[in-house]
Amino acid sequence: MPETLTSSEVVTLTINGQEVSARTDETIMEVAEEQGIRIPALCHISGLSDIGACRLCVVEIQGSPKLQPACVTRVSEGMTVSTHTDRLRAHRRTIVEMLFAERNHVCSVCVSNGHCDLQNLAVECGMQEVTLPYLAPKLQVDASHKRFVMDPNRCVMCTRCVRVCDEIEGAHTWDIMGRGVDSRVITDLGKPWGESDTCTSCGKCVQVCPTGALFEKGVSVAEMTKRRQFLPYLKTMREVPK
Amino acid sequence: MSKTVTIDPVTRIEGHAKITIMMNDDGTVDEARLHITQFRGFERICEGRPFYEMPSLMARICGICPVSHLVASAKACDALLAVAVPETGARLRRIMNLAQIVQSHSLSFFHLSAPDLLLGMDASPASRNIMALVSSHPQAAKDGIALRRFGQHIIELLGGKRIHPAWIVPGGVSAPLTQEHRDEILATIPEAMEAVQRTLAWFKPSLKKFREEIGVFANFPTLLMGLVTPSGDLEHYDGRLRFAKPDGTPRMEDVAPERFNEFIGEAVEDWTYLKFPYFLQDGYPDGIYRVGPLARLNMVGRCGTPLADAELEEYRQLSVEERMSSFHYHWARLIEVLYGIERIKEIVSDPDILDTHVRAHAEPNRSEGIGVSEAPRGTLMHHYKIDENGLITWSNLIIATGHNNLAMNKGITQAAKHYISGFDIPEPLLNRVEAVIRTYDPCLSCSTHAFGQMPIRMQMVDSKGMVVKEVSRQ
Repeated sequence: MPETLTSSEVVTLTINGQEVSARTDETIMEVAEEQGIRIPALCHISGLSDIGACRLCVVEIQGSPKLQPACVTRVSEGMTVSTHTDRLRAHRRTIVEMLFAERNHVCSVCVSNGHCDLQNLAVECGMQEVTLPYLAPKLQVDASHKRFVMDPNRCVMCTRCVRVCDEIEGAHTWDIMGRGVDSRVITDLGKPWGESDTCTSCGKCVQVCPTGALFEKGVSVAEMTKRRQFLPYLKTMREVPK
Repeated sequence: MSKTVTIDPVTRIEGHAKITIMMNDDGTVDEARLHITQFRGFERICEGRPFYEMPSLMARICGICPVSHLVASAKACDALLAVAVPETGARLRRIMNLAQIVQSHSLSFFHLSAPDLLLGMDASPASRNIMALVSSHPQAAKDGIALRRFGQHIIELLGGKRIHPAWIVPGGVSAPLTQEHRDEILATIPEAMEAVQRTLAWFKPSLKKFREEIGVFANFPTLLMGLVTPSGDLEHYDGRLRFAKPDGTPRMEDVAPERFNEFIGEAVEDWTYLKFPYFLQDGYPDGIYRVGPLARLNMVGRCGTPLADAELEEYRQLSVEERMSSFHYHWARLIEVLYGIERIKEIVSDPDILDTHVRAHAEPNRSEGIGVSEAPRGTLMHHYKIDENGLITWSNLIIATGHNNLAMNKGITQAAKHYISGFDIPEPLLNRVEAVIRTYDPCLSCSTHAFGQMPIRMQMVDSKGMVVKEVSRQ
């Protein structure tokens, strides 16, 4: 039986002028989702822990000069949140532009064309062109795995692959190497994926990847659709008390 | 002092080019050159990419004939997989390739060349274009638009979009043909058929007005090259590679297209980005040959469809010498449009075309693959090598327009020598030199896909056409 909530655990806050009730253990993102308010996000995915890395879900909170990431900020009594102001829109559009400029995203020849979270975000944020100079890094595709390919040209460093491998599969094959703009996701301390001792070839990383950075071998352009239904299911089943 | 006449840009072609006509002191033409002034880099761009991306990546070479690149590239990938494409998959690819040929030929004939043919080579440049054609010859303009729509619509029905569909994939095609789309294709056939027949009916009698042009528009004997069926008939998707003599008889036994490297070399000149393929046995530049609709129709036994075969028979009333004029590319193009419509009807009428087994799946089984098909402008060759993980390590493409490069240069020299004498050159004469290039329907964006250390030379010409400075980079 669920525990009865005490009144001290329930707060009232305002999101976009609308008064809502929520539990204090909820994040702004969760409450917004319950209310049908969509906040753009990239590193956030239901079923995995949140890290507030992509900064696309930042919101304005009255009284705070800083923008706060909705995925890792818990609600509090009397909080007044705005999720879609001009400032936020400009901010998000710039972030998406920076993501495109940082690596080599070429939608037209990508396996995920038409099924890509980054592409959808560009549309949602009204990004019509990239105004920043492209960095055009030279990055090597890792096709050494028998079933999957990792193309760092399309990676946005959301770390969904790192988290799903650690938190759900328990293998922790993926991790991060380097800092800042030089960061890369790697398998087994930088070994080619096909030589990884820890990878179970479960493919969860491929399915949660928001772009065409991780994909199944043998798919052609626009054919890679990600199947993520498993994630909330696995998470819920693990949380059910025995 | 010699003088240089520059035609820049060459108009109503696909891409960017410049023609230089080098004059002798006495005002006669020494030589004319077609300079392809753009530069692409596709053979390098694709290095390190998974080969499964190649058809779509290579299709970006061109927005006019992306389907041709899809076909040749996918065939090269089939060779890497070492699979046999399911029969229905291959026939669906064939339909799309034919639809592409119909739409591209229509673009070339109606939108680019018909202004010369219907309004006259001497019409003023301002009124020598497709818009003027709409007012003066509305039916011809409508037919051109209808034929192009016919081809583009089929491409869209099969592949989901008109330009750069990703539907042709290694191993076959990504989705079968639905009955609804099949019926829609069949419903569009009669209008297209009427349009091309109406066009042939006005075009053929008009040829007598162009006797002079026919005589000097790249009118010289060359070898011919293209795919043919095992029995030597017209073929655009598969088959054997034929090298033929000017009269159309095979120069040697037809060979597997994968062996093209044994017979074709590529020469480089320092004044253009476009390479010069040549027939190795005859050396450079004597190994000049032509590809495309004219070459195909000059060397095949027959088309294989009744109406096109009747037209071919009429065309063959021309003597072998007459058939060597590149002016007749226009006629050949129309016959191929007719053939394409007939063949599409024949293929989609077969109930088996709705079979859902259209794609073979496999891991890469070979490290090298070659795909050859007939694009609207001629034989298209894609050649790839991959590493053990399926990443591209090397690629080489030979594009239809490249095969014709020697013939185009020789052709404009011939026309320039005929039309130009003296330093005062009226515009209509220059237009005729350009029109020689248009007969080949060159696709320059396609043909300059290559990347490398190409020498380049810039000629600075003053307002009087004098070469005042020359800068060269090696």
